Amino acid sequence: MAWTKKDYDDIPGTFVFDGRRSQMGWPLNKMCMSFNAQANRDAFKNDVDGYCRTYDLTVDQTQAVKDMDALRLLELGGSIYYLAKLAGIYGLNMQDLGAQMRGISVDEFKEMLLAQGREEV
Amino acid sequence: MATIVGGVTSSHIPRVGMATSKRLFDEPYWKPFFDGYIAVREWMDRIKPDVAVVIYNDHGLNFFLDMIPTFAIGAAQTYDNEDEGWGLKTMPPVPGDAELSWHIIETLIAAEFDIAICQEMKVDHGLIVPIQVIWPDADAWPIQVVPVAVNMVQHPIPSAKRCFDLGRSIGDAIRSYPEDKKVVVFGTGGMSHQLQGQRAGFINKRFDLDFMEKLVHEPQTLTRLTTTDLIRDAGAEGVELIMWLTMRAAMGDKVNLLHSNYHAPISNTGTGVMLLEPAA
Repeated sequence: MAWTKKDYDDIPGTFVFDGRRSQMGWPLNKMCMSFNAQANRDAFKNDVDGYCRTYDLTVDQTQAVKDMDALRLLELGGSIYYLAKLAGIYGLNMQDLGAQMRGISVDEFKEMLLAQGREEV
Repeated sequence: MATIVGGVTSSHIPRVGMATSKRLFDEPYWKPFFDGYIAVREWMDRIKPDVAVVIYNDHGLNFFLDMIPTFAIGAAQTYDNEDEGWGLKTMPPVPGDAELSWHIIETLIAAEFDIAICQEMKVDHGLIVPIQVIWPDADAWPIQVVPVAVNMVQHPIPSAKRCFDLGRSIGDAIRSYPEDKKVVVFGTGGMSHQLQGQRAGFINKRFDLDFMEKLVHEPQTLTRLTTTDLIRDAGAEGVELIMWLTMRAAMGDKVNLLHSNYHAPISNTGTGVMLLEPAA
């Protein structure tokens, strides 16, 4: 069994959600899909460890979920679209996650976006 | 016979849905974005299309990773919107035109596109937000839809060229439908943005503006973009732009650009709205 090298692997700071990542992240993404239902979001909040066990998350995935560590979750096979559902439970939106992954404040992240919009082309 | 009366590109950013529900049209952050839709709303009021064929992607509402069709077409009389998990208001069901859907499906399969056929299909913000922003005051959706979902979540995603070819056949299908219907084709998503990784927040205004220009008069050149080109230049989630190309191909060879507006950023994204009509 082998994963072939992809030409997008070299794009910096980018996790292309391909078969390799999807297989690794299966339990994590499956759990996140369940968060479309409010009852499941509530069940997760009441017992994070127990809920992660139900979906057979690995120890590392469970820890990253508890830390809401977006980069680690990406490394462990999370798809950003599914991680968004988890982040919502923690009250975080995509700008909060973006700032976290860049290692800057949310205000700095927003300013970076605005600056790109102001660029002369 | 059915006619394609126009083509629309639109972002489908969830925060646009939230801002539309809250009617933030004149807030300084939002005004340059929402003002871009005024011309589209006026055109819709004047032309009153019957059906929108909406090329969009699902982000984990109808499809999970257990089964991801590369192309899926709805063939229902109604499509429900539901909770996506992070607070976007659930909108009323969208009416479908199942007979037109089946005609498009039959035409595409005859043209050797192996699409998935969905008689039940939930539609997420990828379809809802663009129609919500165009009809923010509607009590009920004033248009029927044919949802065309393109896989943008699980790589490998289809190529720009494949989407262009599909779009061309969608156009053939619409123009060969025997009922008198005015059809508008939507391509939603984009423009440049990256939600994930250390490169989150990447926007490429130069690429976006170039894409908009080429989309009108030389869309064929955009089919040469590979998925890797798109990830690098438009951002990992900016690959959604190939759905604009799908719409453009459906419009036929020549189009007139009736309206265009670019604004960045909204949320983490470069946004563009364009209104095209087929040219003789």
